[in-house]
Amino acid sequence: MKNVDYDLVIVGGGPAGLTAGLYAARARLNVILFEKIVPGGQVVTTDWVENYPGFPEGISGPDLVQKMTAQVQKFDLNIETNAVVSMDLSEPIKKITLSDRVITTHAIIIASGASPKKLGVPGEDTFYGKGVSACATCDGPFFKDSVVAAVGGGDTAVQESLFLTKFAKKVYLIHRRDQLRAEAILQERALANEKIEFLWDSVLTGIQGLTDVEKISVQNLKTGDTKDIAVAGCFIWVGILPNLEFLPELVELDQYGFIIVDANMQTSVAGVYAAGDVRSTPLRQIATAVGDAAIAAFSAEHYLENVKE
Amino acid sequence: MAEGVLEIEDSNFEAEVLQSEKPVLVDFWAPWCGPCRAIAPVVEELAGTFGDKIKFAKCNVDDNPVSPGKFGIKSIPTLILFDGGEIIDKVIGIVAKSKLEEMLNKV
Repeated sequence: MKNVDYDLVIVGGGPAGLTAGLYAARARLNVILFEKIVPGGQVVTTDWVENYPGFPEGISGPDLVQKMTAQVQKFDLNIETNAVVSMDLSEPIKKITLSDRVITTHAIIIASGASPKKLGVPGEDTFYGKGVSACATCDGPFFKDSVVAAVGGGDTAVQESLFLTKFAKKVYLIHRRDQLRAEAILQERALANEKIEFLWDSVLTGIQGLTDVEKISVQNLKTGDTKDIAVAGCFIWVGILPNLEFLPELVELDQYGFIIVDANMQTSVAGVYAAGDVRSTPLRQIATAVGDAAIAAFSAEHYLENVKE
Repeated sequence: MAEGVLEIEDSNFEAEVLQSEKPVLVDFWAPWCGPCRAIAPVVEELAGTFGDKIKFAKCNVDDNPVSPGKFGIKSIPTLILFDGGEIIDKVIGIVAKSKLEEMLNKV
């Protein structure tokens, strides 16, 4: 048998990657997890998690990450801070190019997650960090007693807008439809919150200011009218894009660029699995990510039993 | 041996950062900021590697509002590299360690 560096390589250290690592380490696989920045993924920027079972009072995103990391460390999972640059999946023994070396592995679990999508409106890049943000828990307190805008209508947009009301005196929530997509309980809270003013059927068309954000332009899609609103901050939560810059074309994606998997979390390439936000799925939650990852690790373990025979 | 990460305040920002003989990397953070907590160990590691030629400092923006205000900080973590009282480079948000190393290698 050829010398292969690892049984299993896990790409990404968010809830999916850490859970896959937990199962793989307990299965005593020769496994390594690569995280390009710090463990936790998008949960690190999540203020409060109250739909992940086991925490009746809720738990902060960073605290949950810390617990997940502590749990995998208990089983000696090897976690390395390194970026996956590319992959060669054309042979059963797969090659992964990292920022500093090339490694080989039998199986791969891709759990590289997703990043907030940009709107692509003028001013968005110019004022990033100067009022434009995608992280309320990082930047919300800078907008104490200010007026801010938030764009989006999903869970993240609504939950984070609610968080912003702790600091801002007013939050304009701009949504392109006439109703929200967020969980019903979040909708109820937002609609009942006096600090949130909804701008329905509307889109953000520009962000202006001298050195920092001073005003935004909002267009009503029904009337076509555009108006300027004075705000000090503009938070953008309009969905996510998968982190897959390293992935070869061999792996089949859906129309939005997320990885297609079967019920075993296997991709179109044997021995390559995907879990969490990066896969094509109707729901992206911590609870679904950890479920995906447990299945992916289990599938990888069975795949390894067969290839190593 | 690494000198670690020095805690600085508004009162000694001028002396410790702007008047510093060595270049200084300042990590603007706050206890409520999850990503700040996540990047802190990375900054500490870098202090171990680059500590000889660069001073590492952190500034709690809650307790010290003047300095972050002066540099227009509205998003944390923000890491600013100063040399001779001037801003050499700035990074906003969580970034890979390699990107920070790249920045530190500029001085």
